[in-house]
Amino acid sequence: MYVKKRRLGRGVAIVGAGVSKFGSFSDKTSRDLFIEAFNELKQSVDRGIDPKDIEALYLGNHIGEYCEGQSLMAPIIAGYLGMIPKPATRVENACVSSGVALREGIIAIASGLYDIVLVGGVEKMTTLSTEGVTDALGSALDALYETPAGFTFPGIYAAMATTYMDKYGAKEEHFMKVAIKNHNNGALNPKAQFNTTIKDIMNGRIAKAKQKGQPIPTWVDEMEFLKDPKANPVVAWPMKLFDCSPITDGASCLLLVAEEVAKSFTDTPVYVIGTGQGSDYPLYEREDMTTILAAKFAAQEAYAMAGVKPEDIQIAEVHDCFTIAELVGIEDIGFFSPGGAIKAIEEGLTARDGAKPINTSGGLKSKGHPVGATGTAQAAEIWLQMRGQAGARQVPDKDISLALTHNVGGSGPTCAIHIYERR
Amino acid sequence: MVSQKEFTDAAFNQLLGEGKLMASRCKKCGALHLPPKPICVNCQEGDMEWTILKGKGKLAAFTTIAVGLPRMIQEGYGRDNPYCSGIVELEEGPRISARILDVDARNPQKLKVGMPLVVDFLERGEGENKRTLLAFKPV
Repeated sequence: MYVKKRRLGRGVAIVGAGVSKFGSFSDKTSRDLFIEAFNELKQSVDRGIDPKDIEALYLGNHIGEYCEGQSLMAPIIAGYLGMIPKPATRVENACVSSGVALREGIIAIASGLYDIVLVGGVEKMTTLSTEGVTDALGSALDALYETPAGFTFPGIYAAMATTYMDKYGAKEEHFMKVAIKNHNNGALNPKAQFNTTIKDIMNGRIAKAKQKGQPIPTWVDEMEFLKDPKANPVVAWPMKLFDCSPITDGASCLLLVAEEVAKSFTDTPVYVIGTGQGSDYPLYEREDMTTILAAKFAAQEAYAMAGVKPEDIQIAEVHDCFTIAELVGIEDIGFFSPGGAIKAIEEGLTARDGAKPINTSGGLKSKGHPVGATGTAQAAEIWLQMRGQAGARQVPDKDISLALTHNVGGSGPTCAIHIYERR
Repeated sequence: MVSQKEFTDAAFNQLLGEGKLMASRCKKCGALHLPPKPICVNCQEGDMEWTILKGKGKLAAFTTIAVGLPRMIQEGYGRDNPYCSGIVELEEGPRISARILDVDARNPQKLKVGMPLVVDFLERGEGENKRTLLAFKPV
């Protein structure tokens, strides 16, 4: 694959980040969620930000039409932030909507057009039933040739999983181990929708059965719990309930500035030194269904721009919308060889205290996946980890100088990768 | 058996309704496109012709879906009655998404990547809403 070494016209840095609580909030709209994230962002800018100085907004939002009957979300949010009449643009690229919003913000600053840009994303999903969300997210598949075949979003990743199992010998247990790991991290993230380990979920069910005088389940550990179809029913085999990221309300945002003014906001900016974006066919047209070309291409472009290699990156947030997606993702970004993710998860290499910590935030699986907000929420986790502000889930090696985010949309037809540096 | 239809989704579906699974083939480089494409993605030429496929292939990827699309729930599928969707690799080379019929969707462990399949056509709806869906079943 030919990848051109591209460069930004000038450097770009993150000087603030905010994330709302992720979960199910019947009394909150997208606007409320985004304001919650923005208020945290304002607090995070060490020398402060006057919102009047923000010059443009790029906002990721995927299914606002389905969930709230609302398209054209960006100017509405801008109106709540006091940004009128400045430009506000919605970016819709499925689950990579805010990953691409981040990229558009970077490009706008690198071009010299703006110095200070707000990027972020929001999704308010719990207004819909599970069936309604399945329908809405299904619109990101190929509506002419995948949905008539009955494919859902979990279904298409499940199909990818069957080819991965066939080619590399992965078992259902390997997918389950991804879920256990990410919940272990999410249990330490107070913003996470499922702020608990799978073991604690299991113990909670046992306690509840005892309390109600029902037959007491005999699960000895979380793996047995996950293998019990009553506890962990199939959604689209081999993907089960605990292989799937949840339906989530949430928002996230980042303050991007030109490198030359970054130090006027903070002594410890996080520089974005690589950005890449790629596209791919629907799953059925891909030469190899165990990898996502859009991600490999985006990663290679980002690595080339940053001038770093996969082995240089210390931590990453990887798009685990389904557990299979994390295994494929850590191979596509070059951390492990094709099929090598199986051994990596078996040996705990991607755990928070492993050689390559993946998804210290809890990932989409445990933290939650408000689709339009996910890309910039991943970057917000990197911002905390790189500044040593991640609290109980801070990685043991506090000196993180290089990190990466991998944000995939749909079944993989679109992907954005970013590489971050702390100097 | 050459059709004079344009290389559109509507034409592909009309041909399915006639019991024909057809692809577009680039007259210049010979690349096959299924579903049909009017421009060759291999050589970017626009001179295409219809070609009929034998309808034989093998299962390349699959899933059995318990939480289905609203349309499938209306057909009676659900958590206790899952359905199978798959990607089929045809003998001629291209792959396509399709419903997989006549398999035990409650026992997905018994389904195997590589199992031989043959094309089938599913009729849905009536009158103006009549539509033929692409399906495959075990040989």
